[in-house]
Amino acid sequence: MSKRWTPILIPVLAVILGLLVGAVIIAISGYNPIVGYAQLWEGIFGDSYVIGESIRQITPYVLAGLAVAFAFKTGLFNIGVEGQLIVGWFAAVYVGISFDLPAYIHLPLAILAAGLAGAFWAFIPGILKAKLGVNEVVVTIMLNYTALHVTNALIRSIAKGDTTEQIAQTASLRIPFFEEITQYSRLHGGIFIAILTVIIIWFILEKTTLGYELKAAGFSQDASKYAGMNVPRNIVISMVISGFIAGLAGAMEGLGTFEYVSTKTAMTGIGFDGIAVAVLGGNNPIGVVFGAILFGALKYGSLNMPNPPAQIPEEMISVIIAVIIFFVASGYLFQWLYEKFSKKKGVK
Amino acid sequence: MDYVIEMLNITKVFGNFVANDNITLQLKKGEIHALLGENGAGKSTLMNVLFGLYQPDGGEIRVKGKSVKITDPNVANDLGIGMVHQHFMLVDTFTVTENIILGKEPKHGAGTIDIKSAAEEITRLSELYGLEVDPYAVVADISVGMQQRVEILKTLYRGADILIFDEPTASLTPQEIIELIDIMKKLISEGKSIILITHKLKEIMEVADRVTVIRRGKAIKTLNVAETNPTELASLMVGRDVVFKTEKKPANPKEEVLKVENLVVKDYRGVDKVKNLNLSVRRGEILGIAGVDGNGQTELIEAITGLRRVESGNITLVGKDITNLKPRKITETGLGHIPQDRHRHGLVLNFSVGENFVLQSYYHEPFSKIGVLQNREIYNYANKLIEEYDVRTQSAYEPARALSGGNQQKVIIGREIDRDPDLLIAAQPTRGLDVGAIEFIHKRLIEQRDNGKAVLLISFELDEVMNVSDRIAVIFDGQILDIVNPKETNEQELGLLMAGHKVDRDNHQQMLDQAVKKEGEE
Ligand SMILES: Nc1ncnc2c1ncn2[C@@H]1O[C@H](COP(=O)(O)OP(=O)(O)OP(=O)(O)O)[C@@H](O)[C@H]1O
Ligand SMILES: [Mg+2]
Repeated sequence: MSKRWTPILIPVLAVILGLLVGAVIIAISGYNPIVGYAQLWEGIFGDSYVIGESIRQITPYVLAGLAVAFAFKTGLFNIGVEGQLIVGWFAAVYVGISFDLPAYIHLPLAILAAGLAGAFWAFIPGILKAKLGVNEVVVTIMLNYTALHVTNALIRSIAKGDTTEQIAQTASLRIPFFEEITQYSRLHGGIFIAILTVIIIWFILEKTTLGYELKAAGFSQDASKYAGMNVPRNIVISMVISGFIAGLAGAMEGLGTFEYVSTKTAMTGIGFDGIAVAVLGGNNPIGVVFGAILFGALKYGSLNMPNPPAQIPEEMISVIIAVIIFFVASGYLFQWLYEKFSKKKGVK
Repeated sequence: MDYVIEMLNITKVFGNFVANDNITLQLKKGEIHALLGENGAGKSTLMNVLFGLYQPDGGEIRVKGKSVKITDPNVANDLGIGMVHQHFMLVDTFTVTENIILGKEPKHGAGTIDIKSAAEEITRLSELYGLEVDPYAVVADISVGMQQRVEILKTLYRGADILIFDEPTASLTPQEIIELIDIMKKLISEGKSIILITHKLKEIMEVADRVTVIRRGKAIKTLNVAETNPTELASLMVGRDVVFKTEKKPANPKEEVLKVENLVVKDYRGVDKVKNLNLSVRRGEILGIAGVDGNGQTELIEAITGLRRVESGNITLVGKDITNLKPRKITETGLGHIPQDRHRHGLVLNFSVGENFVLQSYYHEPFSKIGVLQNREIYNYANKLIEEYDVRTQSAYEPARALSGGNQQKVIIGREIDRDPDLLIAAQPTRGLDVGAIEFIHKRLIEQRDNGKAVLLISFELDEVMNVSDRIAVIFDGQILDIVNPKETNEQELGLLMAGHKVDRDNHQQMLDQAVKKEGEE
């Protein structure tokens, strides 16, 4: 029984401990942790508006985390989710403003464009690794910067400014009903796409021969080759799927949250946070959803902490999130402690 | 009595599976104590308990008379217990010295590692015990035998005087085994005590003083080696009588299944390892390949199975040219392959036993339909093979990693034989198996042959090659030096051939003398 519950028990324990340690840090810094956490709670669940915004924040995290987790399951470290997300965002908006189509074509087309753009961006490190053995970490990191500057240049050339026009409503993910029930937050329908993607990816990994091959390559390339699997091809497929998911995360921003794209001076950070989400979720598709909920909610809710009376600096929440990730990442420590305890009890 | 180690009534449970059931094992000072038992009997588990990797669920451990709690390997090290594991635990990219000192590095005053004095200490130890190593070589580049010496040095460097060897000879060549036995004797003469796990009864008879037999987690008996014999040990451990020499009908060879012509293959450094090799295997026969490790066996197998590029020459399988085809094409043409290195090639250790059983066939029906895995079919099939091959596992859902070494091997063998390939390549198929399992595997290989399939057996064990094969091809320096009939040859002749001396059968004695003379000159 203990075995079955540890995957759930460890993150829960880690979160509780993270919050406790966070409270100590807040207290030491001269603030009131109880008031602070109360405001955090308010910032996430306080009214329908913040709930809507929290969910909106969670949506791209689900996809970014899923992209990282998927690649990781197959033995690849995709640090390029950020760049793939940025090109996906641009592609989605580009399709969103350039065509005049009925919604049932326009929206899927824009989403698909985002996915394909991300997939293409991930194909580059994939093929380099498969054919030449180039380390994907290095290439994906570099391509993040390339993505940032290339899209900035493209935006300037199509928009004659720093921001594009708004996408056509036929390409938007927004759902008026959602906006109405959440006091006009930016909550959009993307969360359904994120959940659907999670289910599809879970299915691919756990139930298909493709998933079997990709996981086999992740665990042991030698055994995969022995079994006649095409390992280089699988590396490319895996990167492309991961990039596609990352591109979808970009579509969430481009077609849902903002409905435009503007030049950026820095990375969005969502792609990098995706790594943390994947860790929190144990690189498991379902786990990623919980990781994203935790991460997204904390991230959004923390915006309420600097307000009076708590007046806790926003940076503090970054510390708490970091502490939580630290505890989850060192999950084996908990497992060890847990086993120690159960052993002691068992003997007596 | 002067016991250095006493494990009293040790019990270890995994889930609801009792791996060690009330086992008592006592090690006298200065003895080699063998631990014998079937695959999955619980030998490694018991030793992992002693080394602090597992915590016992019951029982007591005493070291030199004092009751102790060995909570982790560091505690074991401090108590003078060292372990050489069944599967080595070395960092491939580190040098020999770095591996040995890992976790116990000598430091300069400034806190940096003092590699030089470490290397000196290692040289001293290696000279004292006859453990020849190159302190500056990278582990990935050295032979398995040397890796093992590194493991031994690691324990000695930490001051161990009680050494645990878990199947140390399973992956060694006969020559390396002789060296290891010498090393063990040397260690004893320097006052160390040794627990030795091995499936090779011959080795127990040769070096051990006492032996404890374990069966299905229970200690059956402890005997003095001088007062027992291999037959008694085998039947104690398996619980029935074991036939060492497998009975078989004369072979009935038919048409050619595998034909290798003028094959040239390079190794990973680009050096020719297989040099114009010719070979043919026919339906209804087992061709054994005998040879000293490193004479091109690995490259030959990898070329046939498509894992390594063929430089020139031809390989034909059931009449089809398979030279440089993809592994899967070759597999589908009719090849089964029990690979030499089970951990690297044969299994995905993190996959379940069931998933590993379909590693070569997951992509076709009934195990998958339109790209979707049919788990019910997969696990039904796995359960069938678990039964048939007596794989000791808690269930088909258990990760392959949790199985004992010998049972992992049975998974591979079951998978490859059950596909009923026209040609089965078996490289060291019985490595790490207990005598009962070896008997079973040999029977299955002969059964394949009798069903009109071809078997290519590569083994470093002369006993095995001579027992099972219908013809023996001796490989030397990348070529087949000679093909002999096992009934008309002996270990001496094979030994000479393996060393590269071709024997003229009419003039046998003369050649023997000549060979001995030549060896003297070299
Ligand atoms: N970590 C583990 N979790 C669950 N079961 C385990 C674990 N380790 C070992 N076992 C089970 O305990 C039994 C004993 O395993 P052990 O490795 O001790 O066998 P062994 O005697 O060393 O066999 P071999 O000769 O094949 O190496 C096996 O059935 C194995 O499946
Ligand atoms: Mg073992």
